[in-house]
Amino acid sequence: MTTVIEVNGLTKKFGRFTAVDNASFRVEKDRIYGLLGRNGAGKTTIMQLLTGQLFATAGSISVFGETPVENADVLGNICFIKESQLYPEDFRPRHVFASAPWFFPNWDADLAERLIADFRVPVNRRIKKLSRGQVSAVGVIVGLASRAPLTFFDEPYLGLDAVARQIFYDRLLEDFSEHPRTVILSTHLIDEVSNLLEHVFVIEEGRIIVDAESEDLRGAATTVAGTKGAVDAFVAGREVIAREAIGGLATATVGPLSAVDRSAASAAGLELSPVSLQQLIVRKTTAAPTEFEQSA
Amino acid sequence: MDESKPIFLQIAESIENDILSGALGEETQVPSTNEFAAFHRINPATAGKGVNLLVDEGVLYKKRGIGMFVAQGSRARLVAKRRDQFHTEYVEPLLAEAAKLGLTSAQLAAMITEPIAARSTTDKEAAS
Repeated sequence: MTTVIEVNGLTKKFGRFTAVDNASFRVEKDRIYGLLGRNGAGKTTIMQLLTGQLFATAGSISVFGETPVENADVLGNICFIKESQLYPEDFRPRHVFASAPWFFPNWDADLAERLIADFRVPVNRRIKKLSRGQVSAVGVIVGLASRAPLTFFDEPYLGLDAVARQIFYDRLLEDFSEHPRTVILSTHLIDEVSNLLEHVFVIEEGRIIVDAESEDLRGAATTVAGTKGAVDAFVAGREVIAREAIGGLATATVGPLSAVDRSAASAAGLELSPVSLQQLIVRKTTAAPTEFEQSA
Repeated sequence: MDESKPIFLQIAESIENDILSGALGEETQVPSTNEFAAFHRINPATAGKGVNLLVDEGVLYKKRGIGMFVAQGSRARLVAKRRDQFHTEYVEPLLAEAAKLGLTSAQLAAMITEPIAARSTTDKEAAS
């Protein structure tokens, strides 16, 4: 596989605040990546560093084998769709779509036309007058129709309704199948995209805490529920990601279980339930387990 | 999609189910990886992994430039494989639940044999 991005020991400080803390990872060609994490975890900062919009405090970044900073060869192959893209005063969507081919050599005007119809974007209305979701739709259309070899979507769908988001996922998969490219998507709607992602990075306080194939993350955690004694006996010696207790009952989220573990758990009268990617990330990025035992 | 299992295994199982039920006959073409990806709204690489698993097992085979087809004799092999799994996946949990509820083996046997007997009578009536 070809490596598109290689990052080693990347650190970005804003004064005393460390936004990205010694991050190292690689991105392979023609795959869809998820960059997940809580607000302020450092997702946007990482994307800005990868696209040469910020300078790293320490560490190295290589995009298509070169540094992205002030590098037209690299940046010409990148499309970065931001959460809140600013457009020139008095711009209308048709101006955006007319000027996009100047920056994106692979621009597909037919695809853009189809997407404009799908998202029902009023192309002649001033962007200032568009709804939040319609502005997001303009960004999503540029991101898809640009067919850039490396496309970043940073929370692309603020304000987009459920129907429009579904259109985005369907069109992304459709176009990705025909024109494979590297896509990095940051989002909070993890459940909605978990099946689209091939690989997941989870960022917490500037550090990469998960760097895994999404298929490996499925089944990577299981919730065990039952009486407190049985749960405690079962989870003893295992990595416990999260734990909750109420009265005499307890639930614990633990790492991968083998078939033997599973039959042992059901023999002990414990209920096992799978943990979705979203729940797993919530549990990994939330502090301190909660206990409600004093109420008993 | 079931959260506890890898998606590629679920794709492979759903193709197997279609072969077992006869929806996909032997020597018929199966949908392409991209069609599976679009239909299930999953990453095409994941869909490809599921299809390739069945190619490795000899259930599907590739015709270059045309697509993926169901192999000769794959239904019989899948039936044999699923019969092996039947005991662990269905009989064992059934017995465990029956034991929890205190059902005797006679009661349990009756629950299984009676509907089968009833079904064969209705089949005969329908045939006559």
